[in-house]
Amino acid sequence: MSTLLQAENLEVHFPIKKGVFSRTVGYVYAVDGVDFHLNKGETLGIVGESGCGKTTAGMAVMGLTPATGGRIMFADRDLAAMRRYELKKLRSSMQLIFQDPYSSLNPRMTVNQIIADPMDVHGVYLGRERKDRLAFLLETVGLTPEQGRRYPHEFSGGQRQRIGIARALALDPSIIIGDEPVSALDVSIQAQIINLLLRLKREFDLSLMVISHDLAVVEYLCDRIIVMYVGKIIEEAKYADLYKTPLHPYTQALLSAAPVSDPLREKNRILLHGDVPSPINPPTGCRFHTRCPKRMDICDKVEPEFTEMGEGHRVACHLYTAESGV
Amino acid sequence: MKSEHLLEVLDLKTSFYTFEGVARAVNGVSYYLDKGETLGIVGESGCGKSVTASSVMRILPEPPGKIEGGTILFDNQDLTKLSQKQMRRIRGGRIAMIFQEPMTSLNPVFTIGNQISEMFILHKGMSRREAMEASADMLDRVQIPAPKARVHEYPHQLSGGMRQRAMIAMALACEPEILIADEPTTALDVTVQAQILDIMLKLKEDTGTAIQMITHDLGVIAETSNRIVVMYAGKVVEEAGTVELFTKTLHPYTRGLLASIPLLGSRSAGTQQSLSEIKGTVPSLFEIPSGCAFRQRCKHAMKICAEREPELEQVGSGHAVRCWLHIPQEKR
Repeated sequence: MSTLLQAENLEVHFPIKKGVFSRTVGYVYAVDGVDFHLNKGETLGIVGESGCGKTTAGMAVMGLTPATGGRIMFADRDLAAMRRYELKKLRSSMQLIFQDPYSSLNPRMTVNQIIADPMDVHGVYLGRERKDRLAFLLETVGLTPEQGRRYPHEFSGGQRQRIGIARALALDPSIIIGDEPVSALDVSIQAQIINLLLRLKREFDLSLMVISHDLAVVEYLCDRIIVMYVGKIIEEAKYADLYKTPLHPYTQALLSAAPVSDPLREKNRILLHGDVPSPINPPTGCRFHTRCPKRMDICDKVEPEFTEMGEGHRVACHLYTAESGV
Repeated sequence: MKSEHLLEVLDLKTSFYTFEGVARAVNGVSYYLDKGETLGIVGESGCGKSVTASSVMRILPEPPGKIEGGTILFDNQDLTKLSQKQMRRIRGGRIAMIFQEPMTSLNPVFTIGNQISEMFILHKGMSRREAMEASADMLDRVQIPAPKARVHEYPHQLSGGMRQRAMIAMALACEPEILIADEPTTALDVTVQAQILDIMLKLKEDTGTAIQMITHDLGVIAETSNRIVVMYAGKVVEEAGTVELFTKTLHPYTRGLLASIPLLGSRSAGTQQSLSEIKGTVPSLFEIPSGCAFRQRCKHAMKICAEREPELEQVGSGHAVRCWLHIPQEKR
């Protein structure tokens, strides 16, 4: 398996400006040194609670939010070192699906115009090819070519999400990043979109990156999963390993807290106290130590390094480091 | 009128009169709530679950909304017949409600303590000072740290989870007989959601309040409710005890819903390989199909489904379903 996309020590810090001279008084440490990669043909999931930096990490990879540190490599080339036209060309191979299908489609454009927009920008599928391409894309996502002449308000939420997916497919991308792609949809529609994404991934040989807070959706869609907490990756594993043997106390708490639609399943709920800390003022040492049920003396002083705990399973927690002697 | 239940809703019909036509949001809903139980009302957007709650609380925007028929029995009186003045004595004091988005349902220009005190002053006739102290006690009961200082803070100074706790404190301040919770944890993070549900259920044990939990999240319902009502297009389509509903599911819609959600941990355990989908979308409330409202999306649709609407049929103790498949021939 070849690596398609790689982020090395990625940092995105947003300055907080105050006063008449917009002096920078601090930073929001949204993404604070993360490493991850996306292999060809796989689905990578990024999970975490609000403010953990999962969306910012996705945006930084797309180049929509400038990274303030670290490197993003696409097919072994550094994104930062590329020229504008190269970057533009590269963008066509990375596309986004947004969370809210109501605000991500221009209400004044017809569906055909919306889907054709990226083709216009990149000057592809011109002339006669255009009509066939549009019909093909609409049929691929389960709509009819006739529906292309209508406006977004004539469609339901699930259908709009399909339009957004058709637009993402317009330029034959190799990577699609979905930021909470099903969160805004009704329960009965979620399954339609999840199944559609899985089918498209197979048919078009796509690599997917799914950013979500919904642990069940991510488990169902992804091959490999990254758990983030206040700007850092705290655990990474293949989906089955993560859900069967979560190692980080945060992952354990997160999985135990998620409500399961099975009243007969025994639950051992780990209740965390307090709220997620602010990324403006992240805790020292391990960022989870303020809420951790297994906290030790070392945790607020030293930031834990990653420990390999099996094939592709890494965790950043002092419980598993050699020095702590556990 | 008398009812053996704490709250009984009979054949409730609520519509909205809009420029596009009449939206029949609640179209003949009946259910009951007993003392001390948690009833889950589950359904997708537009099924009428929230409108049912606003009708019970009489907080429907009128116009365009209108309760067109049915009765809501609480303490031997029909709430639909009460004046707003009479209703004000019940609302907040005896039936309280919490909403999905705590930021929009708290008043940003008053302190938390001020807003909770209002409950004590209005319903219990306390003085301002007594009420402030009682408010701090309430904040302590919903596990807000440093409650004596927090009562003087404004909603924007609290995090989302804290605000929802303040909402719960306000709702439970007068130990209401019924708490209606409309998507109380939908806007919250998973770990905070677990805290809030835990607090709600603990306070329920202490006070004996009956909870009507409205949500689209089958996981939340499964973990909190004793009994569940499933709604679709303004009607109750299935009703059963929680375990019964999840293990002996009868209505094709409920079955479809359960089969379409990924169950946490089951792909990893190898017990769920594919997700089945319900085809189509929820019908528009302006043009609800004839007969059974679900028939166009139903795998088992028969001729009769388009012709006549099925009644809610009792199929076991406490289990009722609105589907022709489960109505015996002689009753058709």
